[in-house]
Amino acid sequence: MSVEAPEVRPQGAPIKGPAAIGVDWHRFFNLTRTLAFTEFKLRFFGSALGYLWQLMRPLLLFSVLYVVFTHVLKFGSSAKFYPVALLAGIVMFVFLSESTGGAVTSLVDRENLVRKVQFPRLVVPLSVVLTGLMNLALNLVVVIVFLLISGGSVRWGWLEIPFLVATLALFAAGLSTLLSALYVRYRDIKPVWEVVLQMLFYGTPIFYTLPLDDVIRNETIERLMLLNPLAVVLQQFRHAVIDPSSHQSAATVAGSWEFLLLPAAILIALLVYGYWYFNREAPRIAEDL
Amino acid sequence: MTPASGAPPAVSVAGVSKTFRVPNERVHTLKERALHPFRRSGFDEFVALDDVSFEVAHGEFLGVVGRNGSGKSTLLKCMAGIYRADRGAIYVDGRLSAFIELGVGFNPDLPARDNVLINGTMLGLSPREAKRRFDSVIDFAELREFEHLKIKNYSSGMLVRLAFAVMIHVDADILLVDEVLAVGDAAFQQKCFDEFYRLRDEGRTMILVTHDMGAVERFCDRAVLLEKGVKIREGDSHRVGMQYLEVNFGRREGAGEGAEAGTAARAGDGRAEIREAWFEDEHGNVASSLETGRPCAFAARVRFTAEVADPLFGVTLENGNHDHVLSASTLWSNPRSGRFEADDEVVYRVCFTNVFSPGRYDATPAVALRGSGTSWLDRRERLCSIVVAGTQATDAIVQLPYEIAVERVQASAPWAAQPEALR
Repeated sequence: MSVEAPEVRPQGAPIKGPAAIGVDWHRFFNLTRTLAFTEFKLRFFGSALGYLWQLMRPLLLFSVLYVVFTHVLKFGSSAKFYPVALLAGIVMFVFLSESTGGAVTSLVDRENLVRKVQFPRLVVPLSVVLTGLMNLALNLVVVIVFLLISGGSVRWGWLEIPFLVATLALFAAGLSTLLSALYVRYRDIKPVWEVVLQMLFYGTPIFYTLPLDDVIRNETIERLMLLNPLAVVLQQFRHAVIDPSSHQSAATVAGSWEFLLLPAAILIALLVYGYWYFNREAPRIAEDL
Repeated sequence: MTPASGAPPAVSVAGVSKTFRVPNERVHTLKERALHPFRRSGFDEFVALDDVSFEVAHGEFLGVVGRNGSGKSTLLKCMAGIYRADRGAIYVDGRLSAFIELGVGFNPDLPARDNVLINGTMLGLSPREAKRRFDSVIDFAELREFEHLKIKNYSSGMLVRLAFAVMIHVDADILLVDEVLAVGDAAFQQKCFDEFYRLRDEGRTMILVTHDMGAVERFCDRAVLLEKGVKIREGDSHRVGMQYLEVNFGRREGAGEGAEAGTAARAGDGRAEIREAWFEDEHGNVASSLETGRPCAFAARVRFTAEVADPLFGVTLENGNHDHVLSASTLWSNPRSGRFEADDEVVYRVCFTNVFSPGRYDATPAVALRGSGTSWLDRRERLCSIVVAGTQATDAIVQLPYEIAVERVQASAPWAAQPEALR
């Protein structure tokens, strides 16, 4: 082979090794969809009661919390539609904890795929989020039905639902991306994240509502809570979808809409950093598993 | 293989290196762990591929062979884009699909249809395409009657058939295949082979990673031999195959000689001493490997330390199963070998045609007193060995030369003759 040969000869496309997304968006979406649907299907048809179990979990948690907070602690009964607000909170939290909790170990769980096939690596955590999202959609239908039964009415605010769900999904996607890549390297992430999720459950207005009761009213704490995108989405959901009169909008609770730029910035930073980190790790994931 | 200018090679691997970091499995004490919780134990570097380059033209079948741990699979994974090469570049012209393992992504709890969909999508089909091809996949796999069964209830042979069927239904221009030929029952294997020939005829490009030299010979135009991450040979698959066998069987050589040849397996009263032994090829050159079917010779140099009359010279060759494949001695041919004084030296040479099957053979030369042949002056067990290379691996111990003729028998075709008779 002569010296100048490599310069002159035409070459095919270079193989660059695994990437987070890759060049082929079609393939990326197809794979994410296929994996998510399969997983969903497995849960749906895998057991005798199928989807009922998916529904039971939030409903059981709901009934326990409902009994405790309305009958034992006499809390929350002040707010109108408290049960619906509680259920909405639980459904959203279950989505977040299911998808991020599942995504943490997803790359390791799907080791077989990751080590044997070339495909955009980000498919793995995102398919977990997508499966969670399918569940969330079904569960939100239950919330809406529940709302109508307890006397709520159809309102224009429902148009905000897609936007709110999308924001929540982005939040879950950002967390999942970051956590799944971190877990490949640091296996401590799993127990740490479990603890964080638990803190998030109490630190987010799920079984209580914002603004807090007058007795314990503390604007700093409320604002701190609203740094969490989940809290903002939830608060806005309760305001726009359940009942505007008994639930203030996120902006009202925060004091000004400009404040909401902070959680938005946190969300964007999370997405950017998560993607950057995942993309950096992507080529080595197959080796480090 | 230089393609016509203008057409890029199907695959071009240029100076690819890959190093793995293998963590040291050193166990820290609890105290150490508590004091330095984040200290990482060190890494060992393991060079899996070192500056490997080759090209594959469109429509060519290339075999990549090498022993376990020689870097074959790492190379394949780099080409497939599963690992990123540390150095060097890989270029691919056309759609490439890698089959590192059959049935990747199969989920035992789902029926065939869903699994074909998942597997097909993983391998690069769009879900719609995968659905469309399901029928021909299931027919190829001959699993139509088990279509609705969850695949956890499939036998392993059925699984492999399904997976292979998906593989050949993914229209890739370039296929990377890792050790997936040895699957299924004989009938299905034949079907796979036919399928490979069909792919060849269609002008697909294939890179086949395997231990199976037979498969390489059968399918591949060329082969690349890897050893410890380095490409040591590239070329005609027959020749590469022979060298592969040599590398494979020759590896014991270095370790064996020092230990065995010395004292342990030596017998005799010391009146003669076998100094060294070797094999020669047909040109009389010392050889470490021989090709099946060629003339060759075994030779040994003997030095006498006392006067001996008419000793016997001989050698036995045994194969890897310790079957004796050759016992040669002057007992029959030349019983009166002569009288030797102390300090006389002789070289005796056993010439024969190498009809042995490929593999490694050990030679045990012996010099004995006339008579039974067991009163040894010196006998050195497995003093030297030879690798016989050949790529027609059969299950026979030897490969005797033969000719085979197939003739059509005219008379026994009554239906051809009958019309004549009727007329």
